[in-house]
Amino acid sequence: MRALERHRKLTAIWASESGLKSWFSTVNHTDLGRMFLVTAFFFFIIGGLLAMLIRAQLATPQSAFAGPEIYNQIFTMHGTIMMFLFAIPTFEGLAIYLLPKILGTRDLAFPRLTAYGFWCYAFGGAMLLIAMVLGIAPDGGWFMYPPLSSSIYSPGINTDFWLIGITFVEISAIAAAVEITVSILKYRAPGMSLDKMPIFAWYALITALMILTGFPPLILGSVLLEVERAFGFPFFQVDLGGDSLLWQHLFWLFGHPEVYILFLPAAGVISTVLPVMCRTTILGYGWIVAAAVALAFLSFGLWVHHMFTTGIPHMGLAFLSAASTLVAVPTGVQIFAWIGTMWKGRPELRLPMLHLLGFFFTFVIGGLTGVMVAVVPFDWQAHDTAFITAHLHYVLFGGFVFPIFAGLYYWLPHVTGRRRFFRLGELAFALVFIGFHVTFLAMHWVGLLGQRRRIPTYAPEDGWTTINLISSVGSFVLAIGIGMILIDVVLHALTATRGRRNPWGAGTLEWAMTTPPPAYNFASLPQVSSREPLADDPDLAVRLAKGEGYLGKPRNGWRETLTVDIASGKPDMHVIYPANTRLPILMSAVTGVFFLSLLLKFYWTVPLAVAGVVFLAWKWVWILGRRDDLEALPVGLGVTLPNAAMTGRSPGWWGTVFLLTANATFFGSLLFGFAFLWTVAPGWPRRSGSLPRSLN
Amino acid sequence: MVLLMLPFRRAKSKHDERRQVRVWIIGLGLVFPIVVLAALLAYGLSIGERLLPRAGDDVVHVGAQGRLSNWTITYENAPDQTTEGTLHIPAGRPVDVAITTADVIHSFWVPRLAGKLDAIPGRVNVLRIEADAPGDYAGLSAEFSGTGYDRLIFTVTAHDAAGWDNFLRGDLE
Ligand code: HEM
Ligand SMILES: [Cu+2]
Repeated sequence: MRALERHRKLTAIWASESGLKSWFSTVNHTDLGRMFLVTAFFFFIIGGLLAMLIRAQLATPQSAFAGPEIYNQIFTMHGTIMMFLFAIPTFEGLAIYLLPKILGTRDLAFPRLTAYGFWCYAFGGAMLLIAMVLGIAPDGGWFMYPPLSSSIYSPGINTDFWLIGITFVEISAIAAAVEITVSILKYRAPGMSLDKMPIFAWYALITALMILTGFPPLILGSVLLEVERAFGFPFFQVDLGGDSLLWQHLFWLFGHPEVYILFLPAAGVISTVLPVMCRTTILGYGWIVAAAVALAFLSFGLWVHHMFTTGIPHMGLAFLSAASTLVAVPTGVQIFAWIGTMWKGRPELRLPMLHLLGFFFTFVIGGLTGVMVAVVPFDWQAHDTAFITAHLHYVLFGGFVFPIFAGLYYWLPHVTGRRRFFRLGELAFALVFIGFHVTFLAMHWVGLLGQRRRIPTYAPEDGWTTINLISSVGSFVLAIGIGMILIDVVLHALTATRGRRNPWGAGTLEWAMTTPPPAYNFASLPQVSSREPLADDPDLAVRLAKGEGYLGKPRNGWRETLTVDIASGKPDMHVIYPANTRLPILMSAVTGVFFLSLLLKFYWTVPLAVAGVVFLAWKWVWILGRRDDLEALPVGLGVTLPNAAMTGRSPGWWGTVFLLTANATFFGSLLFGFAFLWTVAPGWPRRSGSLPRSLN
Repeated sequence: MVLLMLPFRRAKSKHDERRQVRVWIIGLGLVFPIVVLAALLAYGLSIGERLLPRAGDDVVHVGAQGRLSNWTITYENAPDQTTEGTLHIPAGRPVDVAITTADVIHSFWVPRLAGKLDAIPGRVNVLRIEADAPGDYAGLSAEFSGTGYDRLIFTVTAHDAAGWDNFLRGDLE
């Protein structure tokens, strides 16, 4: 079989439907990864526009631009959109697009689950957008502290939109995390043992495990708060026996790891792009992985540093302050490993490298101010001022947005198969960099002068006018820069200059294919023997296209791939994927009906929706089931493998294990909440006669 | 930053990888931050220790209750005095403020006198403040509390000894 013929046959098997229809039925990770990323950037623009509104409001004292009711919605939605609808989905999209390619296989473990996750995200995000357009968006700040967010002080539907919409979006994060974990552990090219895995996969694996353990506390908190609001069960209301601090614990039990859930994938991008920009390999691979693991563990012990001002006992404070400063150690290891990598190689100032330098500069400052606020007495002053908002943007923009821009420019030629033609990117970078620092240096300063965060206006006598104006001007420069990046990317996608394959001279497998990538990724799967297979064998792409790897012969119209033993990377099973289907979008629509019914309090449709989900889930499993037994099949290169569905440890089994992990942390958090109310809450046990409102 | 710029200028020199790991990762990545952080932490904790309320005879006790509209202050030495939006204290004497709230979470903050401490439903947090000289000090709520948040401010008035006695007797305005 010639390469072209193989390409035609595989494309016929793997291609999504054509035209608009393909969006709704595709289960292909390249399509879905792109859809995730485009949607996430759409939300980035919305969140950015909201930020411009905030800065417009704060530019002048006593501004009448937006009243407090609207302003509160604006900054709450800015924070919420950026964290939940931009940052997390960007990681998911990047991982979904990239992982199978960088790991040398054809798709993720559960293609339909990817699609389900995407649609949950899209529908949940749409719910929040609709609330915003109708002017009934959440307005309690992005961490929604009760009792301000309880039904007494926030009677409107605004808060319910947050609790229910975010939980819906969270489902997609959990789905993606299960997907990513199983894919990295099982779906790799033969021979890719754990220590030969590209470093991005390590970061993605750690991040996914953190999502599985970090998100359930927030889901639990949201469920409890929603139940309290809807039915009057007093989980967070002190006069009925609850405790508002329980929410803070649950929220930050999620919220602190969240920062690392954002930083680790960004670090994965840096560790992948930086060595290529420096024409070398990463320094201290093992150390970096160990540092990332340490960071993940430490981050779960640190949530209380967001609660330094709540009156935590002093000994506890000392301990937590120590732990907070301790995270700087693994972070330091990573940073110096990167700088060492630059020393080891010969850095070239190409566009992704510019953004990486932007990252270094910004993130180091953010880290320094972070160490400052980890010192408790300082935090007692700085807490809830603009200083904290500025610090948080140095960490998030520096530690996430700059690396993502670097990754964007690095992988863009892979997505489009084109070459950059207009040179807008350098100018855009300069504007973003300058604009960012002007905006947020000014905010540090005005925070130290005592400006609180989240205030809609201030008085001219406060003496903050000039600094705020400077900050707002900076933010508009920043916005123009981001706008130019978008234009640059769109122009890139439209201009017709075909690029070379592997334009950066990288060594990882995602470049061993034609670009834009074919639906099946690799015409045959490589046998891997080092961390940089493409560097060892520059002709790898051609050989794979010729079918010199595994599974080079398309058969029976099957979408085939193989899985490997977790540690050693020896091939162990043969997998047949499901084909295109509308089931995922249908199922997430029904899931959406479930959440909408709760939101609008149409309780009679709730059981209908549940029944719908159960029915669809049954169909979901049914389609894949086979009525005949499959023999072990030859997969090429003289290897014969049993089919995964015929063995005890199928991918589905692994998926269940990790889903149960998430469940376990959910119930663990529930136990934590119970123990907390029992031992610490001031009003527990409930005084007699204070039954939930709905019961008396 | 200097470390970042240098590699661009330098001609490629040959180093073996193991030595580089030792210099960069173990030396600069591990040892350096640990030393710096330990110093910083010790400093922070010792300051924190000094800010702690300690018992003493001349400590004045007051209560501050946050509400969405204003702060209500009560005085242990003058049980029938309550003030709204102004906290009266004697200058030069330590004052323990017992902070709580009647509705949502607030935070009690007088930037020039002390750090902030939250007012949490069902709990009482005690903050030690002390004004060196008589005068007015601006105070703010520092936890977002909905639409009236930016207007939720108060004043701390520190009196000299005579003024404080007058206040306790109810002779002030
Ligand atoms: C595009 C440039 C951005 C600008 C100009 C900007 C500006 C701001 C401003 C002015 C505030 C409000 C400060 C206050 O409450 O007084 C804010 C809040 C916030 N921003 Fe941004 N931001 C940007 C990007 C981001 C990104 C990328 C993220 C996260 C990944 C983010 C996350 C947040 C969060 C979590 C809050 C707190 C919201 C709250 O108080 O509830 N921002 N931002
Ligand atoms: Cu944190």
